[in-house]
Amino acid sequence: MSMKFVDEYRDAELGRALSAKILSSIVPGRHYKLMEVCGGHTHSIYKYGIDDLLPENVELVHGPGCPVCVMPMGRIDDGIAMAHEENVIFTCFGDMMRVPGSEKTFTDAKAEGADIRMVYSPLDALRIAKENPDRDVVFFAIGFETTAPSTALTLKRAKAEGVPNFFCMCNHVTIVPPLRALLDSPDLRLDGFIGPGHVSTVVGARPFEFIPADYGKPIVVAGFEPLDVLQSIDMILAQLSEGRAEVENQYGRVVPYEGNPAALNVMAEVFELRPHFEWRGLGFISQSALKLSEAYADLDAERRWEVPGVRVADPKACQCGEVLKGVIKPWECKVFGSACTPEHAIGTCMVSPEGACAAYYNYGRFAREREVV
Amino acid sequence: MPGDQAVSDREAKVLKIIETARGKRPRFKGDHVTMAHGAGGKATQTLIEGLLLPALGSEEGALAELGDSGVVRIDGLGLAMSTDSFVVKPLRFPGGSIGELAVNGTVNDLAMAGAKPAALSLSLILEEGLPADVLRAEVEAIATAAEKAEVEVITGDTKVVERGACDGMYICTAGVGKLDERASLATGSLQPGDRIIVSGSLGDHGTAIMLARGEFELESSVSSDTRSLWPAADALMGAAGSGLRCMRDATRGGAASALNELARASNVAMIVREGDVPVAPAVGGAAEMLGIDPMYIANEGKFVAFVAPEDADTALDALRAVEGCEDAVEIGEVKTEPPGMVLVETAFGGKRVMDMLAGDPLPRIC
Repeated sequence: MSMKFVDEYRDAELGRALSAKILSSIVPGRHYKLMEVCGGHTHSIYKYGIDDLLPENVELVHGPGCPVCVMPMGRIDDGIAMAHEENVIFTCFGDMMRVPGSEKTFTDAKAEGADIRMVYSPLDALRIAKENPDRDVVFFAIGFETTAPSTALTLKRAKAEGVPNFFCMCNHVTIVPPLRALLDSPDLRLDGFIGPGHVSTVVGARPFEFIPADYGKPIVVAGFEPLDVLQSIDMILAQLSEGRAEVENQYGRVVPYEGNPAALNVMAEVFELRPHFEWRGLGFISQSALKLSEAYADLDAERRWEVPGVRVADPKACQCGEVLKGVIKPWECKVFGSACTPEHAIGTCMVSPEGACAAYYNYGRFAREREVV
Repeated sequence: MPGDQAVSDREAKVLKIIETARGKRPRFKGDHVTMAHGAGGKATQTLIEGLLLPALGSEEGALAELGDSGVVRIDGLGLAMSTDSFVVKPLRFPGGSIGELAVNGTVNDLAMAGAKPAALSLSLILEEGLPADVLRAEVEAIATAAEKAEVEVITGDTKVVERGACDGMYICTAGVGKLDERASLATGSLQPGDRIIVSGSLGDHGTAIMLARGEFELESSVSSDTRSLWPAADALMGAAGSGLRCMRDATRGGAASALNELARASNVAMIVREGDVPVAPAVGGAAEMLGIDPMYIANEGKFVAFVAPEDADTALDALRAVEGCEDAVEIGEVKTEPPGMVLVETAFGGKRVMDMLAGDPLPRIC
């Protein structure tokens, strides 16, 4: 099937055909739990109402792949402390603005007087640094391997051009360690994975080979159009019914199996692995995040400013991990709806409006039944 | 299975907690005003319903209606009154400028209440150092827009603040108009079966502003849709009469927020057919790239109207004959369940909930 225009990936008729194919290929009475790893897929599923086109016993579980939502409160607090430092212009992506730290969000800190500016790319932050040579400009970098290369290239450019007032607070995370952490838990109830398409354009599909090899679960790297998502679900179900567990690449038009060597090289030059990093709702995961390498120490905001660096523990009752693993439903979590609400979110599943808990809180049973009379 | 029973008990309990929380009046919390309070979405709602309404509105007062205009009766004469302030950045943008918005914005709030705009007040807050030519151009834009909208500026005020205390110029306008007797419009009057009509393609104004700021390196020909909506309101009232339930212009927060406000006010559900929602290709393209849904982008010359099913076709024909509303189309229907919610039938064939705007995608849009 060769398709040129994006609308062809949204053809409702093809969608219905795929939906019928999925319906015919499942074993009646068997329950299938598939995790879409990437927040981008969660968004597509929500935007196009894809789960509406699936049989009831095929359940999609939203994974840990939303880089905004997995930021722990302590990192937000550190960012806010940095933003309040004398002479600092603090820059971050817009969707970071409303993520709560232990007490406030960046939006609140801005209202208190911190100079916090939304940017659309790290290069915007670098431009602000050049335009304000007498101020210190911090870029709050977030994202998986998808966005890490553009941060790396920006840092390379800042160093090459000798921009002395540009700093980066690095919160980049990596995709494989949290997946392994999920798979390692004994109570995991997932049958297969919709693999992260954007991340895979950088890292390729090969890093996911451990999922079938070590854990016997299928993974299909998928694109983000609705037909991509449906087709990848169909491919996972086919693997399950045929007793196969493999890495398959549905998104071959964009994802090379071996990834993008140029992007991986620049990341290797600019970043190194942190020994461990805390994930909101998932706790500490070793070697799961990046910091600036020694060669880029001068641009590291965490070395330039003392920040509280206090670990703010997720409340003990938060059960995001269990929700992510598909062990419990949002409403079964002890703090759901009481201590943890969209207005005061504790865990990653409530922070993002598309997270499983926020969606359930906002839309209640209609998120599942969708019955309109 | 007993296990399943325990789960549904727990679920029922949690749903009840959520419902109670949702039914409560939104509270205005926090130590500071944030930009989200100005975005027209949920935070704005907490400001209005959590602070202003409790302090200023009475149970049956006109304010409680939370319409685009307030209605006052003086010796039997029904008058609509509205006020609006304009802080848009930049002052000029493709298709319009702050002066033109200041006239049309207030004119449209009156028109949506079913009142023919009669007179405007004009307040100018000017920043020290504002180039005189910029001011002259805006005064001219105000004069032209007022003439076009057939409304007279009858009173005004000017203030100047120190450099840095405002961004060039801000404008406040207020307007009055006589309520048209052909229709009796109310936000709480929607009935199941009513048709949802949108007056033209959505998202033009917000996209034009976004691109005019030059923060994205996108080139496009999108222009603001700012215009007076009185001719459209006039035509609709003439065609549908009492079958016209309510109109609302889809400004900040976009059509999605307007629909949600009305679904709540009438305690009804709505279903919107996404495939029928008109969006210009350039706006759709920019929105796609920026990850924004055109339903949440501000308009300054588009509105949603709710019409009884038997009057829908006549209403649409009349609306399409009005300049600027040629692309008017029916996009959905009012339903019963779930009350207070707007659902979308996606072009791909699925369904989802379309909530009010949360957060602030783009400050100072008007």
